[in-house]
Amino acid sequence: MRFVYMRFVYMRFASMRIAYVFLIALTLLTAPRAALAVQPDEILTDPALEGRARALSKELRCMVCQNQSIDDSDAPLARDLRLLVRERLKDGDSDRQVIDFLVARYGEFVLLKPRLSLHTALLWFGPPALLCGGALALFFVARRRNRRGPDEEVKPEGGDLTAAEQARLAELLKSES
Amino acid sequence: MIAELGHYALVLALGLALVQAVVPIYGARQNDPILMSVAGAAAVAQFLFVALAFGALVACYVTSDFSVTNVFENSHSAKPLIYKITGVWGNHEGSMLLWVLILSVFGALVALFGTNLPAKLKANVLAVQSWVAFAFYLFILTTSNPFLRMSPAPMEGRDLNPILQDPGLAIHPPLLYFGYVGFSISFSFAIAALIEGKIDAAWARWVRPWTLLAWMFLTAGIAMGSYWAYYTLGWGGWWFWDPVENASLMPWIAGTALLHSAVVMEKRNALKVWTILLAILAFSLSLVGTFLVRSGVLTSVHAFASDPARGVFILMILTLFIGGGLTLFAWRAPLLKQGGLFAPISREGALIFNNLLLLVACAAVFFGTLYPLALEALTGQKISVGAPFFNMTFGPLFAVLLVAVPFGPLLAWKRGDLLGVTQRLLGAAALGVIGIVVTFAVEGGGPVLVPFAFGLAIFVITGAVTDLIERTAFLKVPLGTAFARARGLPRSAWGTALAHIGLGVTLLGIVGETQLGTERIAELKPGQTISIRRYDLHFDDIVERRGPNYSEVAARFTVRRGGEVIGTMEPSKRSFPSRGSGTTESALMTRGVGQIYLSLGEANPDGSIAVRLYHKPLVLLIWLGAVVMVIGGGLSLSDRRLRIGAPKPARSKAVLQPAE
Repeated sequence: MRFVYMRFVYMRFASMRIAYVFLIALTLLTAPRAALAVQPDEILTDPALEGRARALSKELRCMVCQNQSIDDSDAPLARDLRLLVRERLKDGDSDRQVIDFLVARYGEFVLLKPRLSLHTALLWFGPPALLCGGALALFFVARRRNRRGPDEEVKPEGGDLTAAEQARLAELLKSES
Repeated sequence: MIAELGHYALVLALGLALVQAVVPIYGARQNDPILMSVAGAAAVAQFLFVALAFGALVACYVTSDFSVTNVFENSHSAKPLIYKITGVWGNHEGSMLLWVLILSVFGALVALFGTNLPAKLKANVLAVQSWVAFAFYLFILTTSNPFLRMSPAPMEGRDLNPILQDPGLAIHPPLLYFGYVGFSISFSFAIAALIEGKIDAAWARWVRPWTLLAWMFLTAGIAMGSYWAYYTLGWGGWWFWDPVENASLMPWIAGTALLHSAVVMEKRNALKVWTILLAILAFSLSLVGTFLVRSGVLTSVHAFASDPARGVFILMILTLFIGGGLTLFAWRAPLLKQGGLFAPISREGALIFNNLLLLVACAAVFFGTLYPLALEALTGQKISVGAPFFNMTFGPLFAVLLVAVPFGPLLAWKRGDLLGVTQRLLGAAALGVIGIVVTFAVEGGGPVLVPFAFGLAIFVITGAVTDLIERTAFLKVPLGTAFARARGLPRSAWGTALAHIGLGVTLLGIVGETQLGTERIAELKPGQTISIRRYDLHFDDIVERRGPNYSEVAARFTVRRGGEVIGTMEPSKRSFPSRGSGTTESALMTRGVGQIYLSLGEANPDGSIAVRLYHKPLVLLIWLGAVVMVIGGGLSLSDRRLRIGAPKPARSKAVLQPAE
């Protein structure tokens, strides 16, 4: 029960904290309790291993927060995950093994960079497809224009003024001269 | 009484909006100058009434009238006056009122300063502007009314979230909203042009200053928000790719694209259809941002589903304006004639390239922000899209764009000479390469990307300077002549160069902060010293203090560099009894354009306290670059031919322009 409550509290606060600072959020919420992410007692003595742990932490989501990595988050769950990552690394896991372990345990939700699969294909290929499509469209437009030839420059629309505009133009020209 | 006055004023504004939404457009169709002139008067009156409503809400906050629910929920009698005032927009209802206030400000500005606009265009623009206003007044009055009373009136308010009790709240939201909402003018111009079925180069000249103004505010607003997050969140991050940030970034990117394509339209009468589409897109993304932030859909798809009143209303506004705008576009755009042919390698071509990359970058942000929401709503599958995704997609696109930035302004209109431009940029490129080599030498085995990013930033900056040197023929002609030419350059040329320099400066800051910074995390007791780079911080003692509505525990540090005292730093933790919560106040010491950043963590029973210490080289350049961009925008805005409400000579010129 207590865990559920904590979860709720942190979901509200951690998720909205950045939101609050950036664009005033809309709900009243259990206000943040300031704390730091990585705590001194978590840091591994081996700097290489700690470096890997930090790099991995930045790719993993704090599951009870909105859009915060476990490296940034001060929720207890993030701390647990940080300790878990370090534990696995100390036991000799590769980065890949650590990630696989966490995905097996918590689902794909834990990854801040989703893996490429059927349901994320649109996410990963959408923007590149747009780039290619846009470039192709531009290419064809340019080719069609070239065929039409440069001498067919379209007449600017200023030519067809309305009667009222013609009158005003004449008036302006008169006042200028 | 004051709250009711505000409420009534807002209802009157709604009525005026309805009149302004219908009458002028009918007048434009009937060619009736009197009906068309209703628009201007109604727009100004609308502004006055919304200002009255906003003033009434401010008055309720200042006098701590807790019988008003909104004041009760977000204010406290012991709060300093400035936070009572800024607290007005520190909540949903109040910030929506600020949103419509700014919308009405823009409407009134067009009414007052748009004297050189053709009557029909002006009437249509103001009518479209009023459609938006009407929708949002209705939204506020039906779902988010800040003027509702409660009975019995409580003795004390619940106070504003402490993290918002910061000068940042006074500046950031108004700036951001001026940017967001400012794009409504570009949108209104685009829709008005589609309604009339007529658009020319003069249209671009009229719409550009408004777009530029909105863009400047949005740039400043985003930068300000970023700096606020940086100093207030306690770990020195300045951009998180959070959906609310993306919500402001997407209109910014689309607006930047719009600014560039409007240049082509103004100068060359080309890209008309495209420019119209971008104007619709920029404001649509502003609306999407409003929806994301205001509907609660971000907190959770389920929260949105369980209390959908607000969200559904905004979604309807969104569908109506985006769908309606795009439908009108599809129907009327084919009527617009294309003009101004050009070769692929030309200034026009470069600006199209810019637009393509900007839009794809925008799409990457859009996909990343909305894909998880859509996927969860459709299939129930939960995925996360965070910083690593955005860095991977957005980063490379912007890198390519930045390489191209110096080429654009140097290419000639219609048909450019890429080889010639490359030769003229050799100096800038050489400086960039020197930057790469020097960084390699200094950094040694750091990340490989760092030197290249530095080189790119230097190339962007010197490339922009090259443009200015070329235009003034600096060092080629006598100095006096060069200065005379510099004075004679259109201010928009200076604006372009400065905005591009700002981009390079920001890149320098980003690389410096993310790649060259150092971090120390430790538990310290008073009397101990912690060191970072060449700085030693001695933990002197802990003091307890009282503020107006909080108590504070501060740790005092003396900072030494090479044994010499250079200052003190006092990070603290505040607790606010009214909410039973607190904030972390980090201490910043500026050294050149870098900063030392110190913040406190938890205190331990043994008297030690966790501290986080960062050395962040070049970090201030991130925001200084944005300031330079805004100054560039301002210079461009002050260009004679774009000046809002320009005096007579410019006016007749603007009217004559279409016949060029």
